[in-house]
Amino acid sequence: MQFKPVIGLEVHAELATQSKMFCACPVVDSTQAEPNSAVCPVCAGMPGTLPVLNRRAVEYGLRVALALECEVAPMSIFARKNYFYPDLPKGYQISQYEQPLARNGRLIIQTSQGERTIRIRRVHLEEDTGKLTHCQVNGESYSLVDLNRAGIPLLEIVSEPDLHTAEEVRLYAMALRSLLRYLGVNSGDMQKGVMRVEPNISVRLSDSPTLGVRTEIKNLNSFRALERAVAYEIQRQSEILSRGEEVIQETRGWDEAQGKTFVQRTKEEAEDYRYFPEPDLPPLIVDEKLIAEIRASLPELPAAKLQRFQLQYGLNAYSAGVLTAEPAVAEFFEQTARACQAASAKMAANWISGELFGLLNQAGLEIEASPVSPTALAELIDMVARGEINQNAAKTTLVEMFVGGETAQTIVVARGLRQISDADQIAQWVQRVLNENPEQVAAYYKGKATLAKWLFGQVMRLAKGRANPQTIQEELEKQLNARQPPDAP
Amino acid sequence: MTLSLAEVEHIATLARLELSPEEKELFRAQLSSILDYAARLRELDTSQVSPTFSVLPPRSVLRQDVPHPGLSLADLLHNAPQAEDRQFRIPPVFE
Repeated sequence: MQFKPVIGLEVHAELATQSKMFCACPVVDSTQAEPNSAVCPVCAGMPGTLPVLNRRAVEYGLRVALALECEVAPMSIFARKNYFYPDLPKGYQISQYEQPLARNGRLIIQTSQGERTIRIRRVHLEEDTGKLTHCQVNGESYSLVDLNRAGIPLLEIVSEPDLHTAEEVRLYAMALRSLLRYLGVNSGDMQKGVMRVEPNISVRLSDSPTLGVRTEIKNLNSFRALERAVAYEIQRQSEILSRGEEVIQETRGWDEAQGKTFVQRTKEEAEDYRYFPEPDLPPLIVDEKLIAEIRASLPELPAAKLQRFQLQYGLNAYSAGVLTAEPAVAEFFEQTARACQAASAKMAANWISGELFGLLNQAGLEIEASPVSPTALAELIDMVARGEINQNAAKTTLVEMFVGGETAQTIVVARGLRQISDADQIAQWVQRVLNENPEQVAAYYKGKATLAKWLFGQVMRLAKGRANPQTIQEELEKQLNARQPPDAP
Repeated sequence: MTLSLAEVEHIATLARLELSPEEKELFRAQLSSILDYAARLRELDTSQVSPTFSVLPPRSVLRQDVPHPGLSLADLLHNAPQAEDRQFRIPPVFE
């Protein structure tokens, strides 16, 4: 039986405001701050308190809605989602239900199968919940409640079920994260839970018009976990249907260590939440003027930058994708490319996404903290482009720049790394290598072509790695051809 | 309109209330009569009335995004029956 997965994503993103959604409590890092250090009567759910909406949360929500090409509702309303769970002491979450902030958007993603458009069903504002810690001490179980996170502004972004593979799900989530970071509304830190991705997955027979029963997966705190969990769930549901059994609608968790999903709870129906309009908040009115202001303030978005990088710098789609995923990386690249005099933007792209990323990764640093600045990097690759140092010497130099902070020029001079392009000198080294290795040379003539590489290496060794590789190559070919015995194949 | 016993039990579960058999019957009758009372609204013809989500004037009321300190820990936990490690201590939510 051939099954087709149908997947939609709910993404919850905290909005990086200074204060909470409906009260003035400071937004603190709930993984770092002391428990209950940012709580007031409103977010503690004390009787008689009233919520007042945070202007910046609305603006941030609109930034995302417009970047996703949504239709913004002229009037949206807040609703109470009622459920009893101690993570929200009011007994309900203030959310949006019937009239969300925005609808009908789209996000374009680049997959290995080409470009795909994923439709966005809705974008709405709500408040985050508190954090529960479950304890077991001396056989006694209890829970502890920390309300620092309760009331932090949250944006829920719901896609249409347009995704069909685990890869697409990961790429969509990554594209959304990138967008949120470009817009400056969310750090995208999944480990800290400021962005949470919950896929809804069902599978159906390829030719069936009706959707299968879906499950939702929670607590996925990395893109890798997301992709693995979706792949696992597609497989699990396909096997259930192949056996002629039925999938149960439920919320499942992800066990990273075992690489499996497991039942968390059976899913509530929407009517169980008894949504009704929040009587304590007036409707939210968004006029054309506000939309125009926010639209004008949007930065160049990842998709536009991706295209521009290809056109303006001649990068391929892959390279442009790597350099535009993070706004800080894109900025670093553009500064480097601008500072380059001899080197091309392509070279700058390769050095950043290759050597520099490697060093940053090893050191556990973000590009903002790179010890090598864009201008310092440009100086180095200009030296490569001008043939003053070769690729290997440049790599060594970059490592030293990264560690010691000196300029490329200083390191090259101090370490004597300047490239030797003197053809006479190189010709002498080639001659010496060929004279000293008659067996290898003979084997080469008998057809062992790979020995050319070995001979090249010997010459480079004599040159202590500093010779111009192209000159060696040319000289080696020239001398080998000149010596070639007449009976060689 | 009379609620079924199962409906009463479902509502009680959502409200995290444990009801005795007598209470279930009592609330079934009471809730049913409340629904009957509210059902009188159905007599009105609302086909020409757009849904009213709010009776407040259509004007956004927004707050500047400026943080202020909240309650002291002592005040926050003052009425908590149990507290531990700066937090509210509550019965276990995972049994």
